[in-house]
Amino acid sequence: MATLTTPLTEDSVRSLVAGEKVTITGVIYTGRDAAHKKLVEALDRGERLPVDLRDQIIYYVGPCPPKPGWAIGSAGPTTSYRMDPYAPRLIEIGLRGMIGKGLRSPAVVEAMKRCGAVYLVALGGAGALLAQRIKKAEVIAYPELGAEAVYRLEVVDFPVIVGIDTAGRDAYAQGTAKYARAGG
Amino acid sequence: MREVNAADITAATREMCIEACCVLPDDVRAALERARTAEESELGREVLSLLIENADIAAGQQVPLCQDTGLAIFYVEVGQEVHVTGAGLREAIDEGVRQGYRDGYLRKSVVADPFRRTNTGDNTPAVIYFDIVPGDRIKLTIAPKGAGSENMSALTMLTPADGVEGVRNFVVSRVVEAGANPCPPLVIGVGVGGTMEGAALLAKKSLVRKVGEPNPAPHLAQLEREILAAINDSGVGPQGLGGRTTALAVHVNAGPTHIACLPCAVNIQCHAARHVERVI
Repeated sequence: MATLTTPLTEDSVRSLVAGEKVTITGVIYTGRDAAHKKLVEALDRGERLPVDLRDQIIYYVGPCPPKPGWAIGSAGPTTSYRMDPYAPRLIEIGLRGMIGKGLRSPAVVEAMKRCGAVYLVALGGAGALLAQRIKKAEVIAYPELGAEAVYRLEVVDFPVIVGIDTAGRDAYAQGTAKYARAGG
Repeated sequence: MREVNAADITAATREMCIEACCVLPDDVRAALERARTAEESELGREVLSLLIENADIAAGQQVPLCQDTGLAIFYVEVGQEVHVTGAGLREAIDEGVRQGYRDGYLRKSVVADPFRRTNTGDNTPAVIYFDIVPGDRIKLTIAPKGAGSENMSALTMLTPADGVEGVRNFVVSRVVEAGANPCPPLVIGVGVGGTMEGAALLAKKSLVRKVGEPNPAPHLAQLEREILAAINDSGVGPQGLGGRTTALAVHVNAGPTHIACLPCAVNIQCHAARHVERVI
């Protein structure tokens, strides 16, 4: 199984193939609906972002609050398509990876192919299990957004599958086609 | 007239929020295990095993199964011989939600206004559907609903001529289009008949039925089987990565409607099909 360490490189990302299992170790950043809106609005105003996203991974997650003794509460992926209006913009400034679940728009896939970014999928609804792979969590931007704030996470062996690779191959489409029955 | 103290309702509600979010009901767990045995895809079986492992971690550690601990949806049957004292029934439930989501380390996922989108900070207000029934008890059912599956739900106003075929096609195509988005394997709630909002509520209420328990009416049970077979022929599979188990069950609820109407709603539920009942 391939291991990705952040920050990523374009070469390592372009070598990933849809359907491949990968684990991630290092620092990743969270961001979901409200944070994406704020990040893109900041870019529109020509401001510097509160976090340098070049060669980084954004994890689409709004975690639960941590119980005492835990780094973070349950922290599984949220559905990615809601970030589609914003994602190409972040990919163009160097974002190298996204972790989420579910389908992406053609515009996102186009930006991924052009700039060399990968879409990784984590197990939706397995928030308790995934939280155990997150060793440290700290809010670094937009604290007013609560669960939607941008967190810096330190992850160890965080399990994902390559959902869509830099050639545009799609693990969902491939898997579904393999098991579809006529008339289904 | 039996008197029930609002504080008792608050205490029950608080516990129900935490239990619902941390403990996968036995019927759902059993359905995941059956699916794992039947699943043809190796990756699909692995996904189902991890979901069962996740449920064990959540129950063992008392942490939420899923970070989306949802809108707190309640169905409340109030016996007409009950008098609630000390506070309003709605306030008592909201206070229980406030305490449960705080004390259970559950995520607060409610925004007060759909455009301004400021978080209310305590997961209130709950979404509460009241029903008045005979007797002197209050039955509370909570079914926290996450947005991943809720967002994939849909409603259409079919015509009587569309019939069973129209309902089947609408539901199957909605679920297959949704693909990986709502976290399959799913439970599919279908509401047919009534009014526009009535069909949606029929669909939603069907989700608290034990997973796979058929509708008692044979023609509706048959429709459930047909829709389930068609959905599972799609190949979407666990997490949308391919396989046989796209849905664990289809629950159809039907109700009286207008001579001109055939409303049809599909409310999609992810594999974290959480619900807890309590009678006070």
